[in-house]
Amino acid sequence: MNAVATVVHAVDVTPWEMPTLDYRLLAPVLIVLGAGVVSVLFEAFLPRGVRRPVQLTLVFVTLIAALVAVINLNGVRETAGQGALAIDGPGLILQGAVVVIAILGALLMAERGLDPNGDAFAARASSLPGSEDERQFTARGYFQTEIWAFFLFAVGGMMLFPIANDLLMMFVALEVMSLPLYLLAGMARRRRLLSQEAALKYFVLGAFASAFFLYGAALLYGFSGSISFGEIAASLGSKTGETALILIAIGLVVAGVLFKIGAAPFHQWVPDVYQGAPTPVTGFMAAAVKIAAFGALLRLLYVALGGMRWDWTPMLWVISILTMFVGAILALTQSDIKRMIAYSSIAQAGFILLGVVAVSAKGLEGAIFYLIAYAFTTIGVFAIISMVRDENGEATHLSKWAGLGRQSPVIATLFTIFMLALTGIPLTSGFIGKFAVFSAAYASGDKWLVIAAVVASLIAAFFYMRVVVLMFFTEPNEETAIVAIPSIFTTIALAAAATVTVLLGVVPQPLLDLIANAGVFIR
Amino acid sequence: MNSFPWLTVLGLVPLIGSVVVALLPKSMPLLAKQLAFAISLVVLGLVVVMALQFDGQSEFVFQFQESYDWIPAFGVTYSLGVDGIALVLIALSAVLVPITILAGWNDVEQPQSDSVGSVKGYFALILLLETMMIGVFAATDVFLFYVFFEAMLIPVYFMIGRYGGAQRSYAAMKFLIYSLVGGLFMLAAMIGLYVVTGTFNFTQILLGAGIDANTQKILFLGFFLAFAIKAPMWPFHTWLPDAAAASKPGTAVLLIGVLDKVGTFGMIRYCLPIFPAASDFYAPVIIALAVIGVFYGAFVALGQNDLKRLFAYSSMSHFGFIILGIFVFTTIGISGATVYMIAHGLSTAALFLTAGYLMQRRNGSSLLSDYSGVNKPAPVLAGFFLFAALSSLALPGLVSFVGEFMVLLGTFQRYMWVGGIATLGIVITAAYVLRVYQKSMTGAVGSGLEHIKDLTGREISALVPIAALTIFLGLYPAPVLNVINPAVNTVMVMVGATDPAPTVGLISTTSQGAQQ
Repeated sequence: MNAVATVVHAVDVTPWEMPTLDYRLLAPVLIVLGAGVVSVLFEAFLPRGVRRPVQLTLVFVTLIAALVAVINLNGVRETAGQGALAIDGPGLILQGAVVVIAILGALLMAERGLDPNGDAFAARASSLPGSEDERQFTARGYFQTEIWAFFLFAVGGMMLFPIANDLLMMFVALEVMSLPLYLLAGMARRRRLLSQEAALKYFVLGAFASAFFLYGAALLYGFSGSISFGEIAASLGSKTGETALILIAIGLVVAGVLFKIGAAPFHQWVPDVYQGAPTPVTGFMAAAVKIAAFGALLRLLYVALGGMRWDWTPMLWVISILTMFVGAILALTQSDIKRMIAYSSIAQAGFILLGVVAVSAKGLEGAIFYLIAYAFTTIGVFAIISMVRDENGEATHLSKWAGLGRQSPVIATLFTIFMLALTGIPLTSGFIGKFAVFSAAYASGDKWLVIAAVVASLIAAFFYMRVVVLMFFTEPNEETAIVAIPSIFTTIALAAAATVTVLLGVVPQPLLDLIANAGVFIR
Repeated sequence: MNSFPWLTVLGLVPLIGSVVVALLPKSMPLLAKQLAFAISLVVLGLVVVMALQFDGQSEFVFQFQESYDWIPAFGVTYSLGVDGIALVLIALSAVLVPITILAGWNDVEQPQSDSVGSVKGYFALILLLETMMIGVFAATDVFLFYVFFEAMLIPVYFMIGRYGGAQRSYAAMKFLIYSLVGGLFMLAAMIGLYVVTGTFNFTQILLGAGIDANTQKILFLGFFLAFAIKAPMWPFHTWLPDAAAASKPGTAVLLIGVLDKVGTFGMIRYCLPIFPAASDFYAPVIIALAVIGVFYGAFVALGQNDLKRLFAYSSMSHFGFIILGIFVFTTIGISGATVYMIAHGLSTAALFLTAGYLMQRRNGSSLLSDYSGVNKPAPVLAGFFLFAALSSLALPGLVSFVGEFMVLLGTFQRYMWVGGIATLGIVITAAYVLRVYQKSMTGAVGSGLEHIKDLTGREISALVPIAALTIFLGLYPAPVLNVINPAVNTVMVMVGATDPAPTVGLISTTSQGAQQ
């Protein structure tokens, strides 16, 4: 915190004074990041045998404490950390959502009942894939518990991202969130080369995107003389004329965040990373990064760049349409379920962008609702993907899902519910989410964007329903995968995901109220 | 008005029944069937009791109203209520469900069926579908209507895809995608309607300031496309023959007999009153498409060798008449269209069920060329088949005649020439219907058909109520007309149409005769 505060002051002309930090406001983030440090210490000093129970206890206690801390801030609407952080309704809701999704994600990552060799992570990420070392580590039953430290740091970054109120804090949050995820993506126990390739790709492209962000941030700072969102907004409002450079700056900054969202044309990493990363990590990442990054994007666009909306909405129009169609059309051609869901997540990002483009309170609310609904559904989807297995681990090829409805009707039914939600069929959360963002966009006059989204939904329906056809309308054959019986961890996560998906479709009002009462971003 | 939540209860009973049936152990298929049948009879009983309390003279358009907030953030209410048209369609659903269950008693039995689903699943889906059907007709909130409209697809999708014939997977997907095309454009139009009017409540939309004519023209298209695909109207029909051919007879009865009526119902309930100017604007095009549909369906039916496809095309032809009746904007036309919906539901049920009985006796073959001379080994089956055929071609004395006659009469009142052309459609209908009967039932007994069994008691008891209703309402349509006429008058007022002054004395006398 201090480092950041110093930076803030470096650009200030007023004499240096001791920054005041309200620890209550920072508590949620500090709890999680602090626990991350503790987790590293545990790794260093605890004997191997007790690490797992200790780390798991730490993770769940931390996340629950963070959730309590977030709830405790209910109603707060002020800036903290010398203006670097904005604690306001939308920010807190997004933080809360990240924590809840992190709990479900942690449940998936803690699962050890599915893979006969243990969990979803490599015994030693440093051992060469296919080497004697690897075999030895696996045979001796080694496990990696460092994942929990990475996980906590990533969660901390995600909680920081949507409340970051200046460019530098946003960049720090982006990196704190991303770096552990790059590592986690490369740690799959099975198909390790694919996993490592995914991690490297994610890292290289992610670094590239970070550079974009920094470049844009530098330009914005050069223009406005401040990194704070409020002051950027003020100077954008007062000065006119230098639009070309500002537009480039906005484009670069937004592109950096759009990369994390997986919006086209910054989506290339998504399918590879989703496929290569260990499935629990994919599920957690797909759900939580979307929440955090969309939160950051919304704050960036609505608070710092709100005055320039007429300049950036056309750009987002194009990106939104492109994202929807690229995601939906490419998903049609996939034969691997993880890749298919990856492209689906791209398409879904396009739908959520409709709420962003609306530039209204309704759009903000719709986007937040959609994000939460989507996150739970996604966790459920990946929970099931991690359970459908054959002798080589997860059976992700679609042909292996044929006839699953006959063998495991309950799991197939749950998966169908998730697919219906992603399609946007009424009585699921996905429909209410779609309705919320579509109506916000329509009300803001983006009629044709809604029409485009409707067409994209239709294309998307085709591949979502194809899985249902496979599971229910075809006979099982000898290729058909088996649904492994998970331990209590995955079971809880799956049950929660399914319950929320249906509940938000039938009685969405409480959550809608919560979001509406949260108001808009503090300026 | 009474405070008992009739419509909610009507919807809940089959829903709970569906869950209970689905939870039964797989080893008890008989219990599942019996339970499903009993529940559908309870629903029918409830509908009868409710219908008896319906006040045909009431000044309230909607009766048995219920309204609760559902999603206030979007202005969505859980509002139910029925006018006469909705009431008769709910009654039609409630009648057809037990009949379908009874007729389809052994349709999904393993292992003779090629379906992949369990027996209890099929009956649970039928009950679930009944909930949706009641909901879609009873909803008086556009959003709620849409929820049922879309959610309804799911049980049907599974009924076709899991329990259908060889092409079931393809047909189910085609059905779903076609329906979603309509549904999603309707969603866009519905959002537009909400943005323009600020509410989803049907009554409030009508009470509010009218929508500007140009906006109407755009929003109308979204709604109409959904209904035209659902109905289906030419040229949005291609999913229907595939779906019908791949379905079990029971599925086809509910699909064509009831579900497709949601399309024509939606036109009367939503398109006309909410978008009067647009309805008027598009009417000529729609009438032209409807007439094309009448002939297209009939001609294709004439050349079909697959019985299920033949009936699907024939239905398309009938839907042409119904849509024609709606968009001529005459009281008698819209009343006629409603009666036609009932009549078509009954005659479709009779046709598909008898054809289903027939096919079951010959390893499920639906090819017309496989059958001949059935009336010798199975006279009762042939008799019911003839009855169904005559009901389809609108023999005077049967309810389909009342509907068809009124529709044509209404058309004549407004567009003499269109009426004249459409009437020719009846001739072709007679041609293909009688051709089917002649080929399959009369003549020398086909090989392999010599020893087929005649209808069993269960099979007959499923057909008798249909036949009885067809004849009763054909001779005495007043109970239905009395209930629907006030609703039709309201629609006419809202759409701003008045019946053309009678120019020929004969027509006006007949029209009054038919209305009584």
